[in-house]
Amino acid sequence: MPIKTARDALNEAMFHEFARDPNVFAIGEDIAGGRGGSSGDIGCVGGIFGVTKGLVAEFGEERVIDTPISESAIVGAAAGAALSGMRPVAEIMFADFFGVCLDQVMNQIAKFRYMFGGKSKCPLVIRCNMGAGYSAAAQHSQTMYQMMTAIPGLKVVVPSNAYDAKGLLISAIQDDDPVLFFEHKLLYQSECEVPDEAYAIPFGEAAMPREGEHCTVVAFGQMVNVAAKAIDSLQEQGITCDLIDPRTTSPLDEETILESVEATGRLVVVDESPPRCGLTGDIAGLVADKGFSSLQAPIKQVTAPHSPVPFAAELEAAYIPKAEDVAAAIRETLA
Amino acid sequence: MTNLTEQQLVNAYRRMKTIREFEERLHIEIATGQIAGFTHLYAGQEAIAVGVCEHLSDADSIVSTHRGHGHCIAKGADVLMMMKEIWGSTEGTCNGKGGSMHIAEVGRGILGANGIVGGGPPIGVGSALASKLKKNNTVALSFGGDGSSNQGTTFEAMNMAVCLKVPKIFIMENNGYSENTGASYSSGGIDIAARAASFGMPVFEADGSDFFSVYEAAEKAIAHSREGNGPSVVYATMMRYFGHFEGDAQLYRAKDEVQNLRDNSDCLDKFRARVADDKLMDLAVLDTVDEEVMALIEQSVQEAKLAPRGTAADVTTDVYINY
Repeated sequence: MPIKTARDALNEAMFHEFARDPNVFAIGEDIAGGRGGSSGDIGCVGGIFGVTKGLVAEFGEERVIDTPISESAIVGAAAGAALSGMRPVAEIMFADFFGVCLDQVMNQIAKFRYMFGGKSKCPLVIRCNMGAGYSAAAQHSQTMYQMMTAIPGLKVVVPSNAYDAKGLLISAIQDDDPVLFFEHKLLYQSECEVPDEAYAIPFGEAAMPREGEHCTVVAFGQMVNVAAKAIDSLQEQGITCDLIDPRTTSPLDEETILESVEATGRLVVVDESPPRCGLTGDIAGLVADKGFSSLQAPIKQVTAPHSPVPFAAELEAAYIPKAEDVAAAIRETLA
Repeated sequence: MTNLTEQQLVNAYRRMKTIREFEERLHIEIATGQIAGFTHLYAGQEAIAVGVCEHLSDADSIVSTHRGHGHCIAKGADVLMMMKEIWGSTEGTCNGKGGSMHIAEVGRGILGANGIVGGGPPIGVGSALASKLKKNNTVALSFGGDGSSNQGTTFEAMNMAVCLKVPKIFIMENNGYSENTGASYSSGGIDIAARAASFGMPVFEADGSDFFSVYEAAEKAIAHSREGNGPSVVYATMMRYFGHFEGDAQLYRAKDEVQNLRDNSDCLDKFRARVADDKLMDLAVLDTVDEEVMALIEQSVQEAKLAPRGTAADVTTDVYINY
């Protein structure tokens, strides 16, 4: 099977869905790029991280729509088009910019289906990059998916590898509900085997990239890779773990988490977001509520600190949870 | 002719030259991989920042953008500390927490560069409201580009500034590109100055490559607002010399576009030509300024490279509380 970067895998998913359904279109800032520029090279950008590269050449300017810097109008336009029978794939350039268009996301698209008595569909995807690791500082490095997961009416996808990214984006575009799709900046260059053909990965089904017996580790997005490194480092000491990658934070595969904790008796939850009102507390709450009798040790949470994301490289490195932090938490549950 | 004294001319030229060399040097240093993050350079547009800020004191405020180095230097930010900030040192303007996109010196009326397009104009309205309530004769400015003129926040701020009749000046810099898309496309063909005027504010247009043009337009706008007549607008056009951010391949620009700008529309060249044509001062004085600026920039880089770095303990300071 060919090895591909997640950037290319996501790009392939877009090509598959554009070819499959003429109602699919993309809208966002610089997703083709070059319109109105002096070189006349329309399509020269293909999105800030290249995920929409080549789409305009293949499918035309009508279906690959560059916009002004107007996030509220981008999401609103996608919402209106979705209510009117199209399948937009909107791009918010950085997840942080959900701050600019939160009304359209939270009060509009998330609520249409429910408020309208279940009589409407709103099949749209909002893609964005997110996460720290680029020294992009406090307004361009946040994870945001933990906040969005708290909003009823949204589906939230956080892929951790190229294979999942492709299959999950295809599912997202085919879904009849609004889907927020979070691509970590460090995901784009990561590689793994990715089939050339189209395939869909269903929402609400966790992956388990490591299986073991001593502890359950639940991690999200890029932290799945960090947690895997931690788990692999413990193998020499005879410690093995289940590693659960929920892949979608809403819907959440509660069953896989609870079954694993029942078997291991221990839980570590890892996320790049700050600790308060986030996913680690959410999963810990789930297990405390529905799996308390399985637990043989306190649940450990590994998160970023309660601070904005700092700029300087050393500070940012200290901000992001590391494999050593995860390994220490696992050992603590076994102490 | 001009009513500027020789000292004012030298100050203005020094600020423009400082911005230019700061940005040219960063362009080189960033290419070596020593500086992380997204850096958006202002070179080419210096006449706008300086032409406006020469009318301000520390008590007046500005709100800048993601392309903020020029605005900050023009408003008097400490260049040595700015360079250290961009290198991520704890001795930087923001202790290394903010970086290029978040340089701020609130004590000098620099209420921050801003990573959110359109994030600044409403904050500028609030600063102008403070001026009005304090009755201290100060004004507040926000810088924004053709890009931010398409954000709802800009329109909300313009309308509220008129509604509240606050001393707020909107500096609209059309540099031709909203990131990697041309303004002629993304701004719907509508005249950005006319949009601002439609809120009922006076708009003063300027050639953004000509310090004197901007200085005169800003003088009128700032006087209008400082005298209690409510908000105003300066609209200036000039393209940037570098990409949207450092690393931008700029394939959307014609190959000769930047060279043409450098050859024919350079604000430093135009300033020198005006000084010579009108015999405003001895050009040798500006040559000396050039040397001093080059030395300052060299010093700033050397100091930034050696400046102290933060540790993990610094991450959780200045957030009220830790968990």
